[in-house]
Amino acid sequence: MPADGMPLRERFTQGLDAPICLTWELTYACNLACVHCLSSSGRRDPMELTPAEACHIVDELADMKVFYVNIGGGEPMLRPDFFDLVGYAVDKKVGVKFSTNGTRLTAERARRLAGMDYVDVQVSIDGALASTNDSVRGEGSFAAARTAMDNLAAANFGQFKISVVVTRENVTQLDQFSAIAESYGAQLRLTRFRPSGRGVETWDRLHPTAEQQRMLYHWLLERPDVLTGDSFFHLSALGAPLDGLNLCGAGRVVCLIDPIGDVYACPFVIDKEFLAGNVRGDGGFAAVWRQSDLFRSLREPQSAGACASCGSYDACQGGCMAAKFFTGLPLDGPDPECVFGHGEDALAARDAAAHPGAAVGHSKVDRHGTPIPVPTPVRFRTGALA
Amino acid sequence: MLLSEDKEVQDAEPVSEDEVDELLVEEVSIDGMCGVY
Amino acid sequence: MSVTDERVEAPAPDFDPDRAWRVHPQVALRDESFGALAYHYGTRRLLFLKSRPLVDLVSALDRFESATAAIEALIPENEQAQYTRALARLAKSEVIDAR
Repeated sequence: MPADGMPLRERFTQGLDAPICLTWELTYACNLACVHCLSSSGRRDPMELTPAEACHIVDELADMKVFYVNIGGGEPMLRPDFFDLVGYAVDKKVGVKFSTNGTRLTAERARRLAGMDYVDVQVSIDGALASTNDSVRGEGSFAAARTAMDNLAAANFGQFKISVVVTRENVTQLDQFSAIAESYGAQLRLTRFRPSGRGVETWDRLHPTAEQQRMLYHWLLERPDVLTGDSFFHLSALGAPLDGLNLCGAGRVVCLIDPIGDVYACPFVIDKEFLAGNVRGDGGFAAVWRQSDLFRSLREPQSAGACASCGSYDACQGGCMAAKFFTGLPLDGPDPECVFGHGEDALAARDAAAHPGAAVGHSKVDRHGTPIPVPTPVRFRTGALA
Repeated sequence: MLLSEDKEVQDAEPVSEDEVDELLVEEVSIDGMCGVY
Repeated sequence: MSVTDERVEAPAPDFDPDRAWRVHPQVALRDESFGALAYHYGTRRLLFLKSRPLVDLVSALDRFESATAAIEALIPENEQAQYTRALARLAKSEVIDAR
């Protein structure tokens, strides 16, 4: 315990004066249409932050001593000012990791990235085989991602990350993911599939079963070098805790800045229920982080509710807000994937009307405003992957 | 070599010195907090 | 790119408290209510320094000719061994380096 006796983990639930790191989605534009997209991306928002506004956010993050920003989207490399912004951030001592589908990570851009300091690259795949991956991310997306990885390797970029959202279909491929990462000297990252964005519609079908999650937990315990973004802390109720803070960081140590400057508790709760404010307001990002009603309430002790009598509540903290919210479960109750099955009971008991449907968000739509079917195939531009 | 520097000791079940050390220093990956992309 | 390949780390040299130490030039310290966050921009490692005296000690290292001298000046005698071990831990994670 620190000198004053409060455990660090408890202190973090009370929030900090500045995030430790945060997610920043640069654009809702995307050239893929993955079935589980947490941000329902596809169409660029007309109110997207300008390059100048984006640089101003970097200035604020630097002033607040935010060490690291996780840039994503949509597809962040679709922003015309992508390299300018990343360069500006690292010059101001805000380290950058950006997450990409790889379709725009050409050999030349890989070389450019290799020449930059303090930039981490994370390439997303959701299958160890093209068939598994493309059924979620679209035909051609696996090949594009592998080409991006090959480009990074050829450019001597160094260690990059390969990030996978664990699903019912790819959880049987963990060793293969490991092998792919090893073949590049890359770091493997596995993260939890939350029922967010377009994931609302696909979660029932694709989230891992209880048995699969137990297997995953034990696999992760044996591989402390695999990153998880602390996204499986709900599994820590199974035994020894996994690496990480093992707590929900939303609004406490992390948050999301979205492409139009909206600040949400985390990238998995893009919903007005979890909207804290907008960076374009007086006081910018700092005022939202420090003074918004939402974040203040998240930094209060949370009610265990139905979980209060469970001996494992301290380990799992009742799980993930996003998982509960988007499956229509109360926030003060079990996670839908509670390892003891309490979540399944709650889902069965839940009023069907409580389940939020998928919002269109920024998904691509046809001329009637109907979301087009996902996934959509990657259309390679001539020479785009040269 | 101090016990606290021995990697095998660090990776093994904590002995009393390591437990005392955790009072002062704790390491977490920058990827170790939930709610990040 | 400057990321250390963490799978091929060189073995940590023994921490010699009689040498002169300092905060590693690639490390940022950020004060917090519990002490401080320490982030190494090169290795992406994040550490929590969980007492104010530890933060003050680490920040003061470059003003003393040895870590031992700093510890003796700033830390109560019955805690000196513990703080020496804490510095060794920080040296292992390259939060501090010998100057």
